[in-house]
Amino acid sequence: MLGNLTLMEYLTGSREVPNHRPWPRYLLDERGWVAMIHQLAVAEWALLGLWGDASEVHLALRDEEAGAVAVASLHCPERRFPSLSEVRPAAIRLERAIRDLYGLIPVDLADGRPWLDHGRWPVTMPLALSRGPAAQHPVDYRFLPVEGDSLHQVPVGPVHAGVIEPGHFRFTCAGETVVRLEQRMGYTHKGVEALMAGKTIGEAARLAARLSGDSTVAYSVAFARAVEAATATEAPPRAHWLRALMAELERLANHLADIGGICNDAAFGFMLARCMTLRERVLKANEACFGHRLMMDKVVPGGTVADLTREGASILRNLVGELRKPFDSLVDAYDDLPSLQDRTVGTGIVHGSLAHRFGAGGFVGRASSQAGDARKDPGYPPYDELDFEVPVLASGDVNARVWVRVEEVRQSLRLIEQILQNMPGGPLSRPIPTRPGEGMALVEGFRGEILMWVRVSEVGRVVRCHPRDPSWFQWPLLEAAIEGNIIADFPLCNKSFNCSYSGVDL
Amino acid sequence: MSLMRLIATELLRGPRTIDGPGPDPLGIEQLGLRLGERAQARLGRSLCIREVDAGSCNGCELEVNAVNGPVYDLERFGIRFVASPRHADVLLVTGPVTINMAVALQRTYNAAPNPKWVVAMGDCAVDGGCFAGSYAVKDGVHNVVPVDLTIPGCPPTPEKLLGGLLALLETVATGA
Repeated sequence: MLGNLTLMEYLTGSREVPNHRPWPRYLLDERGWVAMIHQLAVAEWALLGLWGDASEVHLALRDEEAGAVAVASLHCPERRFPSLSEVRPAAIRLERAIRDLYGLIPVDLADGRPWLDHGRWPVTMPLALSRGPAAQHPVDYRFLPVEGDSLHQVPVGPVHAGVIEPGHFRFTCAGETVVRLEQRMGYTHKGVEALMAGKTIGEAARLAARLSGDSTVAYSVAFARAVEAATATEAPPRAHWLRALMAELERLANHLADIGGICNDAAFGFMLARCMTLRERVLKANEACFGHRLMMDKVVPGGTVADLTREGASILRNLVGELRKPFDSLVDAYDDLPSLQDRTVGTGIVHGSLAHRFGAGGFVGRASSQAGDARKDPGYPPYDELDFEVPVLASGDVNARVWVRVEEVRQSLRLIEQILQNMPGGPLSRPIPTRPGEGMALVEGFRGEILMWVRVSEVGRVVRCHPRDPSWFQWPLLEAAIEGNIIADFPLCNKSFNCSYSGVDL
Repeated sequence: MSLMRLIATELLRGPRTIDGPGPDPLGIEQLGLRLGERAQARLGRSLCIREVDAGSCNGCELEVNAVNGPVYDLERFGIRFVASPRHADVLLVTGPVTINMAVALQRTYNAAPNPKWVVAMGDCAVDGGCFAGSYAVKDGVHNVVPVDLTIPGCPPTPEKLLGGLLALLETVATGA
């Protein structure tokens, strides 16, 4: 059984669920699910997502060798399913979230603590077929035990000193050195999945655009593509190009802020000030071209609601020209400063093997030898017609995460030029037909690959939607990256990851 | 060397900061009403703000960081973001207030010394916005701590945010 099976060879023996696009979904029985877990121990199948449903769990996988993507589902009438955490540690937090939200119990999951549920909601299992009553008292959350001489703990958050999102970090230190970091999240849980259920596609799209504000375009594209897949619709060509244009502008703006922010956390404020002026030019151009600084709600299922005028195109052409030179001189300054590099080189290392085990993408993965980029693989229009490179480095430190961003800024500038050069004309959108179906999309946000899965009903409403933020697979690596570093370098490491809180808290 | 050249260029070029907007008249009106209700102390045209993300999507935080940047340069008006609520005159709260953040927000409010003001920034801080009605949110900041000023928008632009904060500064400075 444990031969060199491809993912598709393994799954095609099971029953295929109709109307799941563009990748197939198979219904496994419990024996098949357990056998698949054994297969996962030896196979190069990457975990893309794991989420709950009324009485099912769904698992999205990618065969890293054959490139195939598929969803495997397990019906769990007993409200329990065999855990994947032994073979895919990235599943641990996803399974804890499934238990909190759906009341589906991951059997053999070693960590029995809740994740998103702090015991304060007026309900428990809010997404289960029948919700549970409110918890009696808030969760008494036990952090993992630590043993050793002269250890002390530093609790940080949920309210942090800077202007960032809320989360709790529990540091255990020996002197200045961090022995262990443990994260506790869930503070920004808004119940988005429950809110989306039963909404019209338009209403749900507004929620999707607000899963993580800094990635609003990427989330909107992911939701739009998932809905289009579910209803077998294809957005018109111009919409694809406009979406890519907005997505690259978003990547550019975020990377500029991150590069400045990382240097600022190494006490080099000059870089932040300069990067923020460059970022502001991007946001001003966004507003002038599309009517919103972050381009929120401009991408919708079916296409886009904003077009690029001739004036808009010339604003963006000028923007690329205006950014390139000052950005290059800032990069030279970074490269020239030993005192700054002293802080970033060798700090917060994530080994490639660990990044691979957790399936981390984006700049976190690419700084640690992981080459994945949803724009290339599985790929989506118009990127197949565009020329760009995906930078990959191996040192896995803060410095590498800076350089990946630097190179991605340059690639995004190239992409914006190509898009402006070759954008086709034609309509901006097509109506979404009222048709039931299930769709999935993989879209590259600035942080990495976003997975969006949606089920649409025959009356055109969202039955179930699950967004999986790239940060699910990056947050756990931050716990590893900080180990052995001094606690004063945590802000630096954290900024170099810049994970989303809202995106994973849902 | 490249750094020295960059610094020299910046010095010769002069500041990149743009002119600020005036205080938002609607904000002044809203605050005037609140001020009638309780006595206020003069703060000498200086305000310290503690930002609290109470479950936002992080869109508002992007614009808060923008007004702190060199282009909008909030600090030239005497308004400054501080790390501790104990140093703060104002809590700037974003997000619909998730139930999981309500206690932290309440404690942050209690930790800020009197007199203090609360500004609810963004549509979801005002009334829950598109997250209103969820089992996991409080539908707005006012349901957890008293609110003195609202700055709507999704997210509010830096101009709107500046206008609102300047209205607060204006009112607080003259309203004793």
